[in-house]
Amino acid sequence: MIKPNRLSGEQYAENFSDIHPPFETTDAALVEANRCLFCYDAPCMKSCPTGIDVPKFIKQIATDNIKGSAHTIFSSNIMGAGCSKVCPVEKLCEGACVYNFMEEKPISIAKLQRYSTEKAMAANWQLFVRKSSTGKKVAIVGAGPAGLSCAHVLSREGIDVTIFEKESKGGGLMTYGIAAYKVTPQFCEDEVNYILGIGGIEIKYNQELGKNISLDELQKNFDAVYLGIGVGLARQLEIPGEELEGVEDAIKFIYDIRDKGYDKVAVGDKVAVIGMGMTAIDAATQAKRLGAKQVTMVYRRTEMEKPCTQVELDIAKLDGCEIIWLAAPKEIIGENNKVKQLVCSKMILGEPDASGRRSPIDTGETFTLDVDMVIKAAGQMPFEDLVNEIKFKIQRQNFNR
Amino acid sequence: MADISSNFLGIKSPNPFWLASAPPTDKKINVLRAFEAGWGGVVWKTLGSQVKNVSSRYSAVNFGGRKMMGFNNIELISDRPLNINLKEIGECLKLFPDRAMVVSLMADNDKNSWHELIKKVEDTGAHGLELNFGCPHGMTERGMGAAVGQDPEIARMVVEWVMEAAHIPVITKLTPNVHSVVPTGKAVVEAGTNALSLINTIQSITGIDLDTLVPNPYVAGKSVFGGYCGPAVKPIALKMLTTIAQDPTTSKVPVSGIGGVSTWKDAVEFLLLGASNVQVCTAAMNHGFRIVEDMCEGMNNWMDEKGFKTLDDFIGKSVEKITHWENLDINYHHIAKINPDKCIRCGLCYIACEDASHQSINMEYGKPYNTYTIKEEECVGCNLCQLVCPVNECITMVEHRVAPEYLNWIEFQKRGLPLNDH
Repeated sequence: MIKPNRLSGEQYAENFSDIHPPFETTDAALVEANRCLFCYDAPCMKSCPTGIDVPKFIKQIATDNIKGSAHTIFSSNIMGAGCSKVCPVEKLCEGACVYNFMEEKPISIAKLQRYSTEKAMAANWQLFVRKSSTGKKVAIVGAGPAGLSCAHVLSREGIDVTIFEKESKGGGLMTYGIAAYKVTPQFCEDEVNYILGIGGIEIKYNQELGKNISLDELQKNFDAVYLGIGVGLARQLEIPGEELEGVEDAIKFIYDIRDKGYDKVAVGDKVAVIGMGMTAIDAATQAKRLGAKQVTMVYRRTEMEKPCTQVELDIAKLDGCEIIWLAAPKEIIGENNKVKQLVCSKMILGEPDASGRRSPIDTGETFTLDVDMVIKAAGQMPFEDLVNEIKFKIQRQNFNR
Repeated sequence: MADISSNFLGIKSPNPFWLASAPPTDKKINVLRAFEAGWGGVVWKTLGSQVKNVSSRYSAVNFGGRKMMGFNNIELISDRPLNINLKEIGECLKLFPDRAMVVSLMADNDKNSWHELIKKVEDTGAHGLELNFGCPHGMTERGMGAAVGQDPEIARMVVEWVMEAAHIPVITKLTPNVHSVVPTGKAVVEAGTNALSLINTIQSITGIDLDTLVPNPYVAGKSVFGGYCGPAVKPIALKMLTTIAQDPTTSKVPVSGIGGVSTWKDAVEFLLLGASNVQVCTAAMNHGFRIVEDMCEGMNNWMDEKGFKTLDDFIGKSVEKITHWENLDINYHHIAKINPDKCIRCGLCYIACEDASHQSINMEYGKPYNTYTIKEEECVGCNLCQLVCPVNECITMVEHRVAPEYLNWIEFQKRGLPLNDH
């Protein structure tokens, strides 16, 4: 049965408490900071999608220059605080740390980044000074990580920014798309406010492109428009039964957890999660933490090909999620329009596909799981229609010019 | 098992590790604990006219997250009544007759004071005396300590006074706060001292509190120069020790080595450069007396491995390895080699060589890992890359002689050989 409010307040609080606790003391942070070798052209830095100068910010913790450390982080990534909590660092900076070659534990880069950035946010150190206004105006669509980062850089340069956000809160993926045990709603709100602290940025909430606002209008009223709308469309399974009650997209499920509060989100007794990416893990673990009795993750390839990191998989395993490898959803069977069973095809691995991973091949054999909820986390796609429409307009505009 | 027992001027101890004259040796309770822990001997904290100390007294230099790389004190000589000190020295001697008991002295600057003090100390049954000519703070202003040690003639005079009265071995402790320890060392050896010990602490300021702007250690808004010691001073002590070992006059007497001895390896180095035993203070203040266990065991194991049966088998063995720069072999050349299997791609060798040496390391870009190799024709063999490399034996220095024969700088000039052209 799918129902909300399965646990007590204390149980929810415990299940959704911070999974990566911060350094308890300055001394602990210093011990770790002093382990850092201060590599040159550092592999950690080169493995950071935002190019944070990791050795520098860690050295600055060691020299008791926390303000400088936070400035180094935020110079590259104004969402550095949130990223320190949600990044899959085991396959990024920490995965590249040279200590791995020594068979030594890599530097706890994320934890150190959290140390500096949390101090900066708590004290509201505004580390960037906005240049005097240039009179230029830029519209940004989407107050997620991309939009906020763009806004902050523009504001530093003295440009007035207006962000149009379809939700009632800023932060985008950080606020609505990540497991709550990684970042709390309060933190997400604080982070947005901290970023806005520089001034010159206004967010207009509940404004959706194509509904309340149009690109034409924005282009008319602003010197430039930046679209930071993310990749928020859930890939569908295209199998029979997908329309049944109890079948849900993982991003919607996670969104509800972040938006409504834990006790308001309904979850089944027996939940199947389709996929093995980071979002699949976030959905499976949170279904379990909301009180589902049994959570089974279904993935069509093997552990070797999994998109999520080992650390993430371990969280799911420790939460008691079961995992079935080499299984692809074939059909969802319902009763009274409600999910009753998930039929899966047994797969084997064939030749490598375009991604370099061996592709799954249907053996023709099937098996059936008794479930009352199916959460789909089979990948996310850009808002293709919207983008195509816009691209067309932009091309036409350039042509006319 | 090697024999690490020590005989210093007839003062016997089961091992060559003595505690230096300092807070750990200023009363019976500490000294008994030290002997129980296994220390071979102690030099009792300096006795003289009773003084009054201030609070606070110590400060330190930390480095790379480790505490007390260097240590500094502004404490004076013993601030306890002389008769209590003397009584306790006698009691410790009775309880541990097999350990060395040397008493550090700093009498007022007249002959009678020295004679009276020596008489009283000898009455305790102590095995030897150490003259404190080194204390760099507090006592110097009163014409004592380093004020004596810095002037060879005053030091000579005081040692002459002492030798008139002393019946037990006399060790003269030298101050490093001079351009060379040799002149004072020579003067006191000529005046009859039976042995030397060095170094005492080095005048220093360890740092400043950046909130109050008052240097450390803090005493009611002020500070003074203190005496620096601990691991940071070992290289200076070893150099000064070597100059004593090289001088024909000062090398005639045994030397007790002091200055940053923290491990058995440090102690072995002091002995290799001519010390007959070592005195330890900071390491014990940092970690407690228990460190002596590994000092004994480590030295013993090393001696077994090297085939040394007694301390005398290796004391002074490295002295002759220190020569003058002009005698170094210019034809010797070695080149760094990076072991790619051990390299962890930290780039520390590259940036050190690039920014601060001879641009002799090649960086091949990779994401995320660069590959580093030595440009053999550019490498001058300076060691910098090997020194900064965090991996043991990843960078080795491989010998590539320029020519087989020995050639020094004097000969090089004589032959008019070419200098570098770039």
